[in-house]
Amino acid sequence: MISAPMDTSDVLLLARAQFGLNIAFHILFPSLTIALGWILFYFRIRYARSGDPAWLATYKLWTKVFALSFAMGVVSGITMSFQFGTNWPGYMHKVGNIAGPLLAYEVLTAFFLEATFLGVMLFGMNRVPGWVHIFASAMVAIGTTVSAFWILALNSWMQTPAGHVMDGGQIIAGDWLQVIFNPSFPYRIIHMLLASGLTASFVVAGLSAWRLLRVGDDVSARKTLRTGLVLAAVLAPLQVWVGDLHGLNTLEHQPAKIAAMEAIWKTGKGVPLVLFAIPDDEKRRNDFSIEIPKGASWILKHDGEAELKGIDAFAPDVPPVAPVFFAFRVMVGMGVLMLLAAWGGVWATRRGMLPQRWMLWTFSAFTFAGWIATLAGWLVTGILRTADAAGGVSGAQLGASLTGYIITYTVMLLAYMVVLTHLAGKGAHA
Amino acid sequence: MSLDLPLVFAALMGLAILLYVVLDGYDLGVGMLMPAADAREQETMVASIGPFWDANETWLVLGVGILLVAFPAAHGIVLGALYLPVAAMLIGLMLRGVAFEFRVKAEGWHRELWNWLFWFGSFLASFAQGLMLGRYITGFHSGFGYYLFAMLVGASLCGGYVLLGATWLIFKTEGALQKKALAWARWGLIWVALGVALVSLATPFVSTTVQAKWFDFPRTLALMLLPAATLASGWLVWATTGRLRRGEREWDWMPLAATVAIFALAFAGLAYSLFPYVVMDRMTIWEAASHPSALKFMLVGVVIVLPFLIAYTAFAYRVFRGKARAGLYE
Repeated sequence: MISAPMDTSDVLLLARAQFGLNIAFHILFPSLTIALGWILFYFRIRYARSGDPAWLATYKLWTKVFALSFAMGVVSGITMSFQFGTNWPGYMHKVGNIAGPLLAYEVLTAFFLEATFLGVMLFGMNRVPGWVHIFASAMVAIGTTVSAFWILALNSWMQTPAGHVMDGGQIIAGDWLQVIFNPSFPYRIIHMLLASGLTASFVVAGLSAWRLLRVGDDVSARKTLRTGLVLAAVLAPLQVWVGDLHGLNTLEHQPAKIAAMEAIWKTGKGVPLVLFAIPDDEKRRNDFSIEIPKGASWILKHDGEAELKGIDAFAPDVPPVAPVFFAFRVMVGMGVLMLLAAWGGVWATRRGMLPQRWMLWTFSAFTFAGWIATLAGWLVTGILRTADAAGGVSGAQLGASLTGYIITYTVMLLAYMVVLTHLAGKGAHA
Repeated sequence: MSLDLPLVFAALMGLAILLYVVLDGYDLGVGMLMPAADAREQETMVASIGPFWDANETWLVLGVGILLVAFPAAHGIVLGALYLPVAAMLIGLMLRGVAFEFRVKAEGWHRELWNWLFWFGSFLASFAQGLMLGRYITGFHSGFGYYLFAMLVGASLCGGYVLLGATWLIFKTEGALQKKALAWARWGLIWVALGVALVSLATPFVSTTVQAKWFDFPRTLALMLLPAATLASGWLVWATTGRLRRGEREWDWMPLAATVAIFALAFAGLAYSLFPYVVMDRMTIWEAASHPSALKFMLVGVVIVLPFLIAYTAFAYRVFRGKARAGLYE
């Protein structure tokens, strides 16, 4: 059999596709468990305070959901630790002395903490005193949050590097505090934590709504529907505000990214806000665009006449505009829809009311809305910027393993969703 | 005197990998033994590893993490050369990890399917790890003999994990299941003995470096302590399982402890064969190490975190001490 030798660019593409697939698959689960850990902690405290069996049943149901999501995160996370060096060796070669220690701290301070106390939290309720169990629940929640801390520190350092020096051609840390608390870190970590809060609250509300649709009424599902909706209604506007601050921070440190997000091709004053368009990366212009005059200047500089840099100011190092532009719109669009759904839901569940069926259907449909927004958000961030040649791995090996991963991930994701809806359908008292 | 940081991190990496092999080894072994038990026993088996498996797998992340961050140059070479077995192992670990969670929530044939995937994932991960080890210690040479050798190591490691899993069950269960586990352990021991003997004899032939290190009189005499202690540990497993089979109730932890000793001794032998290489015959730990500034910063974290890590791991094992019972989520 004769097979044409693969172009190095094809191998590179495969390696990147595999790494991107794994990141995208992995990020789904931490983005849920970070906040779900705290929601569980809240349920646990409510039970400890009230002794109400409905809260206990609620807590037990949601620990199952958590355990499932956590396991998905753990196993896909192990994959990440292997692929950093194989699918992206240029990355470790360039910034390994910064990225490595941050990843190591994540494993040391977060992974062991959450994995160990998860066992106590899941199976130890009858074996340890109540306060120890509450402590274990808190440790799990803290662990997931600390994990986010290190990953976001690394990610934001890659976007807005600080605190590093050169030593014999190697990038090394001069000041670790500056590396960790780099200029965009505070915005990114809060943005991510809020995104996780929204993702988790919609999963809680969505699955509770599904339960109510299945059985008509259920004490526990009513409680959790309300919890999810109220949390989302508080977090959504906060996210809009933090998102705006984050955008201003990006304008300061990465103006080229803002130009791509807003599809601004030419530098100018009084720049319109492009609501929708089809950016053409070849001809460097927008087709079919709908604009608000002076909108971008106003949003980004809070002054309608202010000057904004366009893509032309950064040539020839031009980022691809269309994917970033669309991903940003998907993220913001989902955010707006989630905000409306949450506020409508809080209104519909006021004074213990049961929402109408069409509303319950809406919440069910929004169960995984946070995932779409989160994935779009990570696409805007552009984590796959600096890939170099894949080292020593052939195209055939990459192709074979990629096929294996795609099949495994598809099966896992489908099974996950089926089991989640199944669990929710059975409800807390099953 | 300044600290030899690469050496410190090589030792830490070795420790993390050994802990991973022993800890995840017993739960992979339990996974591989699932088809040999009936449905009720399977629930007890799963309950015995339920609280631990997540944390056990974290040691793999730490071991590979140290390879990645302390020896980045070696991470690319080693895992690049092992790309397919690594992918197979990861898929195996994923399948068994989620199957573990899903099977509890499933009913009827769904549960059967997840049981099967739990077994298959455990087996795939174990075999792939053995394959990786076999390829690694022979410096990734290609050729029929080398691949055969790697397959042999793969099979041996499966036997080793079965032994770990069975002795874990002897320690954590009682009654009919414990009886079965005693029989499994003896089969596992025979399998391991064959595997260890074959690997020990074959390794010097496939690698001249290893040969030179072991056949170097008079050092060889001192080195013979390792196989002697391994044999003694093996005998201990055989003898104590025999006593337990005759109805003795004390010392149910001894087969597990002796098995862990076998693994630790085999690991020490391998470490001796390899040192100072991180990639056999190609790259030493000092050549592969990352910048001292990075290593220093990590060492601070390790020194601070490790005592806590050990303390709460011990705490978790204490909480779940004693014999395991079915009905995990009650």
